[in-house]
Amino acid sequence: MAEKLYGVLAEFKSPEHLLAATRKAREAGYRNLDAFTPFPVEGLDRILHFPRPTISFIGLGGAIAGAGTALAMQFFINYDYPLNVGGRPIYPISAFAVVTFELTILFSALAMLFAMLWQNGLPRLSYPVFNGERFHRASKDRFFLCVGADDAKFDAGETLAFLRGAGALSVELVPE
Amino acid sequence: MSEQSDILPTRQSMGGIADQLTGIPLHFPADRRWLIAMTVASALLMLLMVSVVELFTRGVGIWGINIPVNWAFAIHNYVWWLGIGHAGTLISALLLLTGSEWRNSLNRFAETMTLFAVVCAGIYPILHLGRPWYVYWMFPYPATMGVWPQFRSPLEWDIWAVLTYLTVSLAFWYTGLIPDLAAARDRATRRGWQIFFGITALGWRGSARHWQRWQQTYRLTAGLAVPLVVSVHSEVSLLFAAGQIPGWHSTIFPPYFVLGAAFSGFAVVSIIAVSLRSWFGLQNLVTDDHLDLLGKVLLATGLMTGYGYVFEVFDAVYSGEAHEMQTLIDRFAGAYAWTYWGAVILNFIPLQALWWRAVRRTGWMLLLISASVVVGMWLERYMILVTSLYRDFLVSSWSHFTPSFWDWSTYFGTIGLFLVPFLIAIRLVPVISIFESKELLHKEKEEQQHG
Repeated sequence: MAEKLYGVLAEFKSPEHLLAATRKAREAGYRNLDAFTPFPVEGLDRILHFPRPTISFIGLGGAIAGAGTALAMQFFINYDYPLNVGGRPIYPISAFAVVTFELTILFSALAMLFAMLWQNGLPRLSYPVFNGERFHRASKDRFFLCVGADDAKFDAGETLAFLRGAGALSVELVPE
Repeated sequence: MSEQSDILPTRQSMGGIADQLTGIPLHFPADRRWLIAMTVASALLMLLMVSVVELFTRGVGIWGINIPVNWAFAIHNYVWWLGIGHAGTLISALLLLTGSEWRNSLNRFAETMTLFAVVCAGIYPILHLGRPWYVYWMFPYPATMGVWPQFRSPLEWDIWAVLTYLTVSLAFWYTGLIPDLAAARDRATRRGWQIFFGITALGWRGSARHWQRWQQTYRLTAGLAVPLVVSVHSEVSLLFAAGQIPGWHSTIFPPYFVLGAAFSGFAVVSIIAVSLRSWFGLQNLVTDDHLDLLGKVLLATGLMTGYGYVFEVFDAVYSGEAHEMQTLIDRFAGAYAWTYWGAVILNFIPLQALWWRAVRRTGWMLLLISASVVVGMWLERYMILVTSLYRDFLVSSWSHFTPSFWDWSTYFGTIGLFLVPFLIAIRLVPVISIFESKELLHKEKEEQQHG
């Protein structure tokens, strides 16, 4: 392995094994950790000390933008071209409610989807962990823990041994 | 409830589920039946194309519509298709939020159904325009003549509601699909599939960080989708209720329409569930317990729709208004009484069999009852439209509506428009959510070990 390392990938049999190993790795002082699992594993984000995701705020921002856009559009249109239909009000909030509601939801949903992809750095078709020989099972039935090579405590040999000791089915070095 | 916590048989492995479900697109198991279905569906789609060309060439006069019955098949089928679509979102989003995990075996194809049902619905108002090339007039663009769309009209709300619904349904469907596309990518062995799933999965790698953001997005989008469904079909009902037509002008309409939509949609979900599970041998994932629950939901929404029928009558009688009463009598005993009684019988009589557990758990019986509901709801929409319109306020403008050949051909054509992309979708993407099934299976096994 002359090339630069991305990190060490350890394979576990079940979410429980992964959680236990992750806890151990945190306790051993590893900080640059990530896990790869076939479905969301509850509790992992707390052990890994991930910050709370901000998608909800972006969704709220999208909702406000949507409502604002819809209201501004409808008010402006009725101001610019007032249609007097039997003396009914030109600016009825009740009649504007439907389009306002729809655009609130549309903007909010799209903002969240794109924010999720943006924050996750997707689409990105190639990523170092895909080089892992057994990594294809991360989408099937295996749970992987990755210790990044730029972790302060990282040492290829030592980390490999540590993860093997933590109950991994297999461990391997992943090149950058 | 022990019944609910063990809805998936625990004698299967996560890997087995992944191989089974990714195997459906990757090694398609039912080629011949698929080809036959596709041939029929394509024939129907061609019928639609011919009908649309004829319509665009000769105008809406080729349909049976007239004055006063100027809304018939086009709006009738629009409401019918849109209603079917709503169950997909409800089953997927509402049951996700309430933590009803049995939805995990149904949500994917239900959402797929939603997408294509909404497309079928969406084309109808455009076809009905008469001059469909002016559809862009519905959008607020700076026209040289300085006019803008009328934003106080339900017809204008409609296009915003349907387009929003289609977009958000697509976003929700795709968000849920990304992890499964990645699972299929990792199982694919042929180059073409690797490229297809490789690109559509966007490089999803199941990172814990990603899952965290993904989960928040998925749940919040579900939270938005539920009120969206209610708003969209309420808005559709306002197309009717905002008009001063007897039989339409009623406050019961929004809930009546939303429940009727869920009712017909759950019927179609049941049909698809029963068909797909026998087609692809998915009895281990779509179990008899699932059919049982679908049957219960169908029964419940059916009874709620029945309440709408009762209240509609009450509403007319309570108003005591002469035209309302006239419409009510026309519905019971007029020229179109067969649509009213047809709807009542097909919607509610076979439905009662679902009180029995054995019936709910038998695929073909659930299928037949659902088919009856789908036809019954179709008749209901027909009844609501035509019986209210054919006798106008003035006797001089009373008329009749008889669907023409082109009415029928367009309608059957849209079934092709629904089936063709649906059949393509079940060939291209996993029909059942893989990761959610695995998650549920894992949870069940856990509970079994500890409990």
